[in-house]
Amino acid sequence: MPRYYTDEHEWIDVEDDIATVGITDYAQGQLGDIVFVELPEVGAMIEQGKDAAVVESVKAASDVYAPITGEITEVNPALEDDPALVNSSPEEDGWFFKMTIAAEAELDALMDEEAYKAFVDAL
Amino acid sequence: MSDHDTEEHLEDLPLDALPLDAWHRARGARMVPFAGYDMPIQYEGIIAEHNWTRTNAGLFDVSHMGQLLLSGPGLDAAVEAVLPIDLSTLKLGQQRYSLLLDEDGGVLDDLMVSRWPDALYLVVNGATKWDDIGTLREALPDAITLNHFDDRALLALQGPKAADALARHAQGEYPLSALTFMRFGRFTIAGHDVTIARAGYTGEDGFEISLPAEAAAEIADLLCAEPEVQPIGLGARDSLRLEAGLPLYGHDMTPETSPIEAGLIFGINKRRRAEGGFPGADRIIREINDGTTRKWVGLKIEGRLPAREGAEVFAGSDHIGAVTSGGFSPTLGAPIAMAYVANSHAAPGTALEVDVRGKRLAATVSPTPFVPHRYFRGS
Repeated sequence: MPRYYTDEHEWIDVEDDIATVGITDYAQGQLGDIVFVELPEVGAMIEQGKDAAVVESVKAASDVYAPITGEITEVNPALEDDPALVNSSPEEDGWFFKMTIAAEAELDALMDEEAYKAFVDAL
Repeated sequence: MSDHDTEEHLEDLPLDALPLDAWHRARGARMVPFAGYDMPIQYEGIIAEHNWTRTNAGLFDVSHMGQLLLSGPGLDAAVEAVLPIDLSTLKLGQQRYSLLLDEDGGVLDDLMVSRWPDALYLVVNGATKWDDIGTLREALPDAITLNHFDDRALLALQGPKAADALARHAQGEYPLSALTFMRFGRFTIAGHDVTIARAGYTGEDGFEISLPAEAAAEIADLLCAEPEVQPIGLGARDSLRLEAGLPLYGHDMTPETSPIEAGLIFGINKRRRAEGGFPGADRIIREINDGTTRKWVGLKIEGRLPAREGAEVFAGSDHIGAVTSGGFSPTLGAPIAMAYVANSHAAPGTALEVDVRGKRLAATVSPTPFVPHRYFRGS
């Protein structure tokens, strides 16, 4: 299952025609203690780069953008009761939402794990 | 991701380094621009640091704040013409909260004033210190000398175990335990001359230590070697002061707010309310007598979504105010905020709503502090 990364510190797992989206370990470290995650509505169609979710840390609110264009098919119900899952398991249990893939070509422009690691190391 | 934090980041100006810059970095701090300096926002994590301070003792670097000394002939009368303080009741060794007001009674800064021998020592906010120096220099007679102690650092040690930890290092003519809330004295720590005030910005018992900048790393190391003490960043400083219901200059009070609206009448000392003779006195005295149309209140917010600065407050369909500070309270495990609201909706228990990104969150006007103060007023 290929995993893609964006320069906005999101990861995308693609399985069949559904993408699972979350934020990276680097991103959760930058945000600090997360106290609330506002997730999109299931059924919403979101364009690449548009607001999809909001992460509230103790200190600030941060936008999470849709890494690709698609329709939201599922959101992670565990984040409602335990938003700190994003801190403790950002790249597995702390996933945000699943979406359809409207344009496969958008995935090709994203980074793979090696490229993302180099991107973060350069920050 | 993008940060929509409302804090002013003075990104266009070159940032100065604090005396403890390298010390913070060596301890894993994440540094952010604040008040013109690179400052530590967190080390381990805001919630852990917050809770540590409420149960142990936290060391905060507040060296960005301005430390000023005023001296000269006719000092008290000259300062009373600028600040609404009654200096006739401020004795040697006492510290008091005061306000720098403009001619319209708007707040230019809030500050601490301490009586030193033949001098007054002021601690002002970091982001406003250069403007304050200009305002004071302009308003005070030439015979009054204004020294800016830019060669001194300021450390705050806050929390229920701060007194135990600091007493092991502070040597003086009398024991540290003789200092009660809002008193200060001269001490030495590891042979360095310091002044220690029993005060702070967390609601906990604690101290603010003014010390030579070149001794800051040595003294910070000494204090952090105590088992009760951990370094604490700006993030927890903000959540601690919010729980304590303490205002933050530039957010909760500005030139557009009066201290009476903000509930800071204690910053206008009693004799001065009667006599006036300070900047903005006409408006301040009128508001004391006639009241204000809005009031700064605490809000407890239902759910887990925090309401931040700028969020608008509603009573039904009526827009009746706005949040000036807000966030998540680690102690209460819930969002809290401070807001200016219309007087008609300011009573504790009033049900209101706060708009966050189009969602209406249920909120209740709450007495402050949200978490009780635990100042040491003597045993």
